[in-house]
Amino acid sequence: MNNETNNSALQDQELIEKFLKDTTLFLGPDPEIMRDHRIMPRTPEEEKAMEAFTDLNQIASIRDRLQSACEEGFEMVEQMGAAPGAKWGDIITGIYSASGDLTIGSAGGVLIFSALVHHPIKFIIKNWIDEKTVGVSAGDGFIHNDSRYGNVHNTDQSMILPVFHEGKLVCWVASTVHEGECGAIEPGGMPSMAETSFDEGLKMSPFKVVENYEIKRDLLTFLQNSVREPKLQYEDMKVKLFACMRLEKRIKEVLSTDGPEALTACLRYTNESVVTEVRRRISEWPDMTVRTQTIMDSTLRENALLKVNLAVIKKGDRLIFDFSGTSPELTNRAINTQLPGMKGMVGQAFMNHIWPDLPRGQAGLSPVEFVTQPGTLVDCSYSAPNSQSLMSIFHSFTVAQHACAKFLYSCPDKYTRVLAPWHNMINTFIWGGVNQHGETLGNLCADLNGMGGGARMDRDGEHALSPIFATMADIGEQEMNEEEVPFLQLVSKKMTANTQAPGKYRGGMGYTMIAATKDSEQWGFMTTTQGSKVPTIQGLFGGYAGGSYPLCKVQGVDVYEVLLENPQLFKHSIHEIMNEQPFPDARYTTHHMGMGFDISKRGELYMISQGSGGGYGDPLERDPLYVIMDIEEGLISPEWAKKLYKVEFNETTLVVDNEATEKLRAEYREQRKKQGVPYAEFVKTQVKDHPPENIPFYGAWNGDNEVIYAGSLDDKRDAQNPGPIYVTHPKDVRIAELEAKLAAARKDAGLPPENERK
Amino acid sequence: MKVLMTEYLRIDLDSENWECRVCDHVIGPARGNYKEGLLVYNRDPADIHPSIIDPEKYRFTFCPDREWVNIYEFYCPSCGTQVEVEYTFPNHMPLYDMEVDIDALKEQWSHREEILEPVKGPNILVDRCHTHKH
Ligand SMILES: [Zn+2]
Repeated sequence: MNNETNNSALQDQELIEKFLKDTTLFLGPDPEIMRDHRIMPRTPEEEKAMEAFTDLNQIASIRDRLQSACEEGFEMVEQMGAAPGAKWGDIITGIYSASGDLTIGSAGGVLIFSALVHHPIKFIIKNWIDEKTVGVSAGDGFIHNDSRYGNVHNTDQSMILPVFHEGKLVCWVASTVHEGECGAIEPGGMPSMAETSFDEGLKMSPFKVVENYEIKRDLLTFLQNSVREPKLQYEDMKVKLFACMRLEKRIKEVLSTDGPEALTACLRYTNESVVTEVRRRISEWPDMTVRTQTIMDSTLRENALLKVNLAVIKKGDRLIFDFSGTSPELTNRAINTQLPGMKGMVGQAFMNHIWPDLPRGQAGLSPVEFVTQPGTLVDCSYSAPNSQSLMSIFHSFTVAQHACAKFLYSCPDKYTRVLAPWHNMINTFIWGGVNQHGETLGNLCADLNGMGGGARMDRDGEHALSPIFATMADIGEQEMNEEEVPFLQLVSKKMTANTQAPGKYRGGMGYTMIAATKDSEQWGFMTTTQGSKVPTIQGLFGGYAGGSYPLCKVQGVDVYEVLLENPQLFKHSIHEIMNEQPFPDARYTTHHMGMGFDISKRGELYMISQGSGGGYGDPLERDPLYVIMDIEEGLISPEWAKKLYKVEFNETTLVVDNEATEKLRAEYREQRKKQGVPYAEFVKTQVKDHPPENIPFYGAWNGDNEVIYAGSLDDKRDAQNPGPIYVTHPKDVRIAELEAKLAAARKDAGLPPENERK
Repeated sequence: MKVLMTEYLRIDLDSENWECRVCDHVIGPARGNYKEGLLVYNRDPADIHPSIIDPEKYRFTFCPDREWVNIYEFYCPSCGTQVEVEYTFPNHMPLYDMEVDIDALKEQWSHREEILEPVKGPNILVDRCHTHKH
């Protein structure tokens, strides 16, 4: 080809591209943006700035100023925000480079929120800057919540502001809040009933809702009409806007003292040096493949077995997270996640528990590689609902945390203690309805933030400590809640005895919550966790996982009348109420923890417990003193402690008999040698070449990651392209069962089949 | 030189074996799956996670469902230490959880001093025992 034809071919290509761009009918989620978690390539402006500014002290000082600006923004949102999530730390503020890379997030709050906002910022840069009907100018603000454009789930709303200096875009700031209500099929923002993306409420791709630092009233009114909490929608949009404006103010101070190039150099240098440091740290790990998995026991609509499978491959300075073998997406269930959500949560595992000393940006995850199959739970299609993506991203966190611990143990340099997996489910009440003041509300209790901590290599896990998605978040003030909601937590913050994950160091435990509606006829609850049949985590190095937990209900009682007339009947634990059944004529039932929105009656009890973090090491090595301390604190009963840990002690004085304990433990080690069978024999007698026959199973079996099961032994699919899976509505399943029974009964009675009767 | 790989396992780089850190038992080749040298037991979940509410009365009791989950325990055949626990699907193959590149490990540790006690990393809080009054 000569130059001339070459040129004309290029011109043709440009023309075609322009034509396609001008005639695009729908700017849907952009895979080019959505599938890339890495920091952007260095721009010429960044190159120039980094050449001009090489003083690391100056760069560090600017970074510290930006970090404190983020803390200030965080504090503003936490103090002024109206959403319960805002008050208790389920928020974040962050600063992004001109290309959209998150460089600094506030130390408090939920890093994954910020770490995903780079996707919508990159969408704005790609599509709205040059779009004449939109444009990006100083004083503009963009709102966003659609996970398909980069978010955990659409209950989290972001406000995004560009920062200009003398007409030139220098960086971005954003603030994100777990708002709760978003106009979905169920109140509270995280519907487990969603069967399509259209059941999930507001789906805001990034759009301009602020001009000249003012919220556009027409758009605001539309948004308010789309959710159950219109006042909250307005209040928190303002709060996030003001936090972003404060960040902009602080950045402008830096611009005035150090100039725009210094700012650009600081942002770029920070991200690039984090990438370099992460690669160095990865190199320190042993070259190895670590495999792990967790078990999902529920779709939140029905019980089923779903697998989250992970192999982490480390070679030199490369670290690859391979999720092959994970369950396919369930195309009409809400527990799927978009790929960035899964990656963000793996990033959160690194920032919380492995390298918390690094700047809280997206660069920490940038060198990590991922392998996933589109159409799976951790990389779902754009049409699959993902309002309960927490389920699959929390499991992704756990498998990442569990695998990394096995890499970290041998490393001479550690930045945190080796840790067993954290509890990973939001055991809390999501609620909604009309409150005692006549206002419509839909949100949740901050008890979700009290997940039991994993045991560390040298100490027990801490109780109800923090959620896996934030190291610093609060569980809320119950009395404050009760001013706004028409129910009481009759029991709260009381540890649930005998639920610990045993080990040489035990996991941190969770507490009991017993709630009953009091002052509303229009109020209800939902719960959205897995783990009622199968523990959701793993233990570490011979330690166990936490156990399961039910949802317990007591109906046909008004406990407030009981408290007035026979207060001695009321008991303060789930086991006393359920086992003793103290209220005459009441109905006592248990359920899995995927309760769809359930309208409550005054004084009926809903009872749940948080879960325990994982245990560490062989329980026979647990210091008997720690066992006794747990008994004294009511965390474990003496009988159960004896059984689990093989400790002999005087039940009255709790004095340990060390000699008898040693003997008991030595005997038990011998018993293990008798009950355990050699590996090869175990595999021969216990392992089957297919999943259980009678339980719907989704995922790969026995390490063959090319084939995945899709709910039954007959339904095997190509792992690279599993295709959609539609699960039958639980009510239709029940109706079919009942119709079959009815048909059989009619047949027995000699009656014709029902549908033939005229 | 020996490398401490987990709470209970180390790798002898010279003999290329997995060893038990409690009793020094040689478990098996370091280029293979250490679990193949251990004893395995399929534990009833009820032994570890009790039914806090009456299983005669209720379906969900805080005790995991044995039909839905297996707990595999792996013991050192010499000292009976519980080296690993795996929660898995019923009758699923145990995972080959740590497949080590021994040549790379040797290379890595040729630049390092041998470590006899595991490095813990930075401490954060006062130990619980110090504040507890007996
Ligand atoms: Zn041993």
